[in-house]
Formats: sequence, structure tokens, C-alpha cells
Amino acid sequence: MRLASVIKGGVAIAALGVIVAWVVTRPDPLPDDAFAGLTPDVAHGEQVFWAAGCASCHAAENAEGEAKLVLSGGMAFASPFGTFYAPNISSDPDHGIGSWSMQDLGNAMMRGVSPSGQHLYPAFPYVSYAKAETQDIADLYAFLQTVPADATPSRPHDMPFPFNIRRAMGGWKFLFFDTDWVLTGDLTPEETRGRYLVEALGHCGECHTPRNALGAMDRTRWLAGGPTPDGKGKFPNITPAALDWSKADIIEYLTSGFTPDYDSAGGHMALVVQNTAKLPETDRAAIVAYLKKVPPVE
Amino acid sequence: MLRHLTTAAAVTLALAGGAGIATAQDGPFEMQIAARQGIMAYRALQLGTLGAMAKGEVDYDAAAAQKAADNLMASVALDGSMLWPQGSDNEANPKSEALPAIWADGSDIGAKGKAMVDAATAMQAAAGTGLDGLKTAMGEVGGACGGCHKAFRVPQ
Repeated sequence: MRLASVIKGGVAIAALGVIVAWVVTRPDPLPDDAFAGLTPDVAHGEQVFWAAGCASCHAAENAEGEAKLVLSGGMAFASPFGTFYAPNISSDPDHGIGSWSMQDLGNAMMRGVSPSGQHLYPAFPYVSYAKAETQDIADLYAFLQTVPADATPSRPHDMPFPFNIRRAMGGWKFLFFDTDWVLTGDLTPEETRGRYLVEALGHCGECHTPRNALGAMDRTRWLAGGPTPDGKGKFPNITPAALDWSKADIIEYLTSGFTPDYDSAGGHMALVVQNTAKLPETDRAAIVAYLKKVPPVE
Repeated sequence: MLRHLTTAAAVTLALAGGAGIATAQDGPFEMQIAARQGIMAYRALQLGTLGAMAKGEVDYDAAAAQKAADNLMASVALDGSMLWPQGSDNEANPKSEALPAIWADGSDIGAKGKAMVDAATAMQAAAGTGLDGLKTAMGEVGGACGGCHKAFRVPQ
């Protein structure tokens, strides 16, 4: 009798756990009217495109010039959880995202949810893009419709069990999908713009902030650098504790790629500079104003 | 002619000061590697003059900017055939940061080199005409430097 009660209780708790897990891990798309009333501005969409660094991962590797707009994907991202491959986001309706609605793009970028309602892996930096303005997403959507179509099929991610269970990403999101600004307090308009460019569109923290054991950004060590996902290199600390370049030095770096020694940016950062170089100088200055404002982390 | 002599003298000085006088005994391609790195240092010296103006650290000076751009162009126009012999990469000699990919089949090192010549030419045309032109050309030169370094230099 007593044993039966225990078993019944156990079953009830397990059932409750399953229900909670089911609810917690459920994909959470944007409200249907998230983009209602917005008129896309395609020219501004191109600015958003460069600020958000889309081409750095989704263009074919070593693409330059106009080829940067052929977003056929394929770049590999090795990680402790498996290897991710950047998908085709060209305007091709079958292999790219040409058939997506504005709502689909919004759900992918701001909620990490695919058009079929599945969780996306956070190798795609939706944790950062979630802080974007819906107007910017609408503008970007309009611009992405103007880039060339490419029929290269997207390469499936190479994820071992259990990381290949997309539903489990719902639990990850429950724990780590934090869309609050990291830097808070009184900010000038320039610092506020810089925060938007660094924390949201530019997704700088995705590389420059160290990650915990489950691959989530450690917001207590914001922009303090850390190991690369393949463990072979290091992302530099860009808080004022380590980045002691002058404002003019950092702006020049984000414009031409030259370091204060007139060496040039290397690795993935060379691709980032190709993006920041296309922004208005006021935006590069805003990024620097923000970087000078973040708390120093040793 | 005088400009080229000046360049040659400066390159020699950069070699003597930066890397020591290399001799063939130190390792494979020792002299070529030292010469290449000296030329890179010489370019950084000229870019330092141009960059200080681009950053607003010093006032724009058309004559000084033109001189630096001319020197940069001269360094880019140096004959490279004796500097980059086949196989003079960082596997042959770890003092070099040049990747074997430079000499691999399908390498676009030629296009990358031409991009540098084009960027230096644009800088030479722009540097003396005003600060805005200099800043634009600085971005092109940076892109050309980075294009080659990203593809063909040991990751930093």
C-alpha cells in the first residue's frame, strides 16, 4: 500500500516533469503582429546587413567584393558540441531563404525559431540579434530580397547525440536566452548607439565573451575574451582592462584594419573589419564610445 | 631615381636595425625572409605617417603625406622575384610567417599582389590632394594588406 503510493507519487512527479519540460522547451515565436505597420527601407537594410555581419559567415569562404553578397553559406564552425555549417541565406527560394516571410526572418533572428517551428542552434547569434529593433529586421528583410540567388544546398550540421535533439535547445534557451542589455545605467546617445551596434547587431560578445560549459555567454565577464571554440586560439579581451588603444586607434582599426603598429587585422576579425568599414564613421565612433564604457575585466 | 635610392637605403637600415644582418648560414631562405620583413616594416613606417593624419593625431600635411605615399608605392613596386622563391615558407624556416599556400596550385597571390599595387597607386594619387581622399585610400590599402595576410600569413 505504502509502496504503491510512492510509485504513484513518483509517476505523478515524473509526469509533471515531462509537462514542465514540454512547456519550457516549446519554441516561442514572435507575436503575429510583430512587424505590423512597418515600412521596410531597403537602403537602410544594407546598413543593417553590414552592421550585423551577415556576409562574414554566410558568404562563401574567401569571397571578396560583389561575391560577398552571394550568401551561399558553407563556413564551418567547430565546437565542443559538433560542427555547425553556415546555411545558404541567399534569395534562392529552395536552397536559400527566398521563400521566407518577414515574420520568418524575425523569428529566426529574434527568437531562434525556424519557419517550421524548430529551435535553431545559437551558433547563429540570435541571442544578440534578439535585441535588434523590429524596424531594422524589416529593413534587412527587404535588402536580403535584393541579393543574388544561389542554389548551393545548405550542409547539415554535424552534431552528435544528444546535441542533435533540437527540442533540447528549448531548455538551453530557458536557462540562457537573456535579452537584457549587459551595459546599463546612464549612457550618452552615442554610447547607446554603440551598445546597440556591439550587443545587438554586431554580436561582438559572441566571440569576445567567454562561454560556460554549455556554450552560453558569461555575462559577468562581458567582452573579456577567452578560448576559441576549437580550443586552438584565443579571442582577445576588448574591455578597457586589456584594450588600451586610443579611441582614434580603434576607429582606424575598424576602418582600415590597421593596428597601432600598422600591422593588419587577422583571422575572422579581418572579415569583421570589412563590415565595420562600410558603416558611417559616426557608428564606428559609437562602437568605440561603448567599448570605453564597459567595465574593465581582467 | 633619388626616391629609389632613398627607399633602398631605408630598407637596408630596417634590415640592419630590425632583424640583424642575415647570413645564409642561419637557415633556409634567411636573407629573403629578413628582406621581406624589412620591407613590411618600411611600409608600416610610411603608413604610420599617413595613419596619424587619418586618425587626426597630427594635422594634415600634403607634402608629408605625398612623400609617405610615394615611399609606399616604391616599396610595393620593388621586384619581388628574388624575395619570394618557391618554398620559402614558415615550414622551411619558422622565422617566416608566410604560408605554403602562397605557392600552392590555384593560389591567387598574383591577384592579391595586384590589389596591393592598385591600393598603393590610389594612395599615391590621393594622399597629397586632401585628408578625405587620404582616409578613403587608407581603407583600400588596409584591405589589400589584410587580404593577403588573412589568406597567406600564419594566423596571429
